[in-house]
Amino acid sequence: MDNTPAKTTAERDFQLEQALGRLLRAGVMISAALVALGAVIYLSREGNQLSQFSTFTGQPPRLRTPSVVIRESLQGRGRSLMMFGILILLATPVVRVGLSVIGFFREKDWLYVGMTLFVFAILMYSLLG
Amino acid sequence: MPMLALAFHVDLRYAIGASLIAVIATSSGAAAAYLREGYSNLRIAMFLELATTVGALAGAAIAGFVPTSAIAVLFGAMLLHSAYLSRKSLAERDTVAPDPLAAKLRLNSQYPTEDGPRHYEVSNVKSGFGVMFIAGGLSGLLGIGSGAVKVLAMDHVMRIPFKVSTTTSNFMIGVTAAASAGVYLGRGYIDPVLSMPVMLGVLGGSMVGARILMRAQTKMLRTLFSVVITVLGLQMIYKGFTGGL
Repeated sequence: MDNTPAKTTAERDFQLEQALGRLLRAGVMISAALVALGAVIYLSREGNQLSQFSTFTGQPPRLRTPSVVIRESLQGRGRSLMMFGILILLATPVVRVGLSVIGFFREKDWLYVGMTLFVFAILMYSLLG
Repeated sequence: MPMLALAFHVDLRYAIGASLIAVIATSSGAAAAYLREGYSNLRIAMFLELATTVGALAGAAIAGFVPTSAIAVLFGAMLLHSAYLSRKSLAERDTVAPDPLAAKLRLNSQYPTEDGPRHYEVSNVKSGFGVMFIAGGLSGLLGIGSGAVKVLAMDHVMRIPFKVSTTTSNFMIGVTAAASAGVYLGRGYIDPVLSMPVMLGVLGGSMVGARILMRAQTKMLRTLFSVVITVLGLQMIYKGFTGGL
């Protein structure tokens, strides 16, 4: 086994992983902050009402549409803010996969560029399709 | 998820939604810590995510048609079997040859130990890939991370070092869960009010857990892991038969 190229690959992988780690952490922090803020607003307005989850009604369509969620979050609506935070959390793994494509591209590792693009396409299909 | 469905009588569909959020929170929360330590293997993760994300989409798509109680019993039985295997495999570990496919896919790598980086090689790539597809399907179907199944596939089938298995699996469950969460989000299964305490609680827990793993002994982790999957397996079978799931 030739050791030198393998080592540089491992080192590059490590750098890429570290960048991804920082990104994940930032996404999680922002998401948690939004959810916490939304919770405070929601609880201060509607906290005295008892929530009902034993029967399934489904979320109203406005909370299923990202653009509406973002618009209502800016208006300071608690539920929408929490949903916005949840959407950001949902996006962290997706962005991670997207950035991995770039990382493998820079290493000219076409096999992994292809694989990662495929995973990314599945995620986009799931979230938007 | 079992807690939500059993203890708080939350409708299964809301429970699945909140559970997926919890899985992603666990994954992203802890992954940030692991990545900095250089344990997890990005190539293994990406390669296996081909299987898990397709499996998750398939699982989420058929979730409406299959009785979950039947799946729960099956899954529980499988977990019990795996708990047994993971105890047994300790003695006979060094007998499997590395897979030439692993070298082609450049899955072999190294991880930090106290005596510097240690190299490892990956075995049984195809079987591991197959088990990952099932893991993804279960994740989409039941709204779980199926991290236990992923660890088994990597640890027992592919013979990847335990700490690399657990961290890489943790890294993967977020991506797998995101694939199924997209489907559930469109169906309105994800409730912000219910997900909020679940998510914030899990985030705190996973960040603490990630720190402990760095210092823990592999043998102790392995024992803890087999206890956890035994309990999970019994719980799933019980709920499958009583219709609680």
